[in-house]
Amino acid sequence: MKLQVKNERENSLKKIVFAGTTVQELLKQLKINPETVIVVRNNEVITEDEELKDKEQIELLSVISGG
Amino acid sequence: MNCHLCQKNPTKAVIILQHGALCKSHFLHYFEERVFKTINKYRLIERNDRLCVAASGGKDSQTVLYLTKKYLENYKIPATLEALAIDEGIDGYREKTLVDLKQFCKKLNVPLTIVSFQEALGKPLDEAYPLVNKDTKKKPCNVCGVWRRYLLNKYAKQKGATKVVTGHNLDDEAQATIMNIFKAHTKLAGRLGPVSGTEELDTFAQRVKPLYFCPEKEVRLYALLKEFQIQFGECPYAREGFRHDIQEMLNTFEHKYPGTKQGIINSFLALMPLLKENKEKEDNQKIKVCNSCGEAANHEMCNACKIKEVLDAAK
Repeated sequence: MKLQVKNERENSLKKIVFAGTTVQELLKQLKINPETVIVVRNNEVITEDEELKDKEQIELLSVISGG
Repeated sequence: MNCHLCQKNPTKAVIILQHGALCKSHFLHYFEERVFKTINKYRLIERNDRLCVAASGGKDSQTVLYLTKKYLENYKIPATLEALAIDEGIDGYREKTLVDLKQFCKKLNVPLTIVSFQEALGKPLDEAYPLVNKDTKKKPCNVCGVWRRYLLNKYAKQKGATKVVTGHNLDDEAQATIMNIFKAHTKLAGRLGPVSGTEELDTFAQRVKPLYFCPEKEVRLYALLKEFQIQFGECPYAREGFRHDIQEMLNTFEHKYPGTKQGIINSFLALMPLLKENKEKEDNQKIKVCNSCGEAANHEMCNACKIKEVLDAAK
């Protein structure tokens, strides 16, 4: 499936081809530690077991901020 | 996954914790209860306190400011509350968080004072750091940390604060514990814990940390769900520091071995009485008054004035 991933820390919006189904698999594919992000879809926080659908936009909010 | 507490009306979870998944409403309640329990257990706030919250405008300080105010209201405690921010002078970073902080304090009706490195010490960090680094090889976080602590303590005392409330979370404290172990800074370890500093010394404002048991991810989630206005900001110097490497290491461990950070804190708390006892003995013998500024010092001159001396010589 294809997803749009907005990454707050990188200030980027990328279109990706995703081979898996869940948030956990997406983070693994992007090599992002789940400890460091909160995942949002349609303004709602979603957990790692949540299944993703084709053409969705996912936002990765950074847990780490400040100094 | 659904919230494990919402059994009659299944509700989507916003976080999966070791003891189960929680929806927005149950997570907010769980988070606030833990902060209030920490305040009560360690007696972080007392009725006659004059509290000064060390604030930056980021997720931790907005959360701790909001919850300290809520705690005072819920428990009908007459302690006074104000916020103190330090503007280090980091271009493109601090000015953004201070905008959020000003709005937040106005909304909460909490008085805010902002003190800058520029006005208090003569130069913003961006200008001071390269000059100090040239002679001392100190990293920006070393200069910033010393000056920030110095100004927070000095201005909190000037305001008559009995306690400085900080937004240090579980991740911050686990990182600091490991940093001290890796560098064999056993004396500094005595400064950690939910309460640090001593109330007996006039030159030190005692520091209290209501978010001590809250992981950074939960603080971010709380601030997000409460819709606090927070622009994402990362200090441009943060990745240069030793702490950054420790942070990455602990996050890797936490993902692989959940509970690692809490384990570090539990181990520290088990050792804390011994560390504090040693530190208090040493403090009573060693705390002096800086011969330059009159603030507390371990030697004839405090670390903040030593850095300023290097800076003045470099001009």
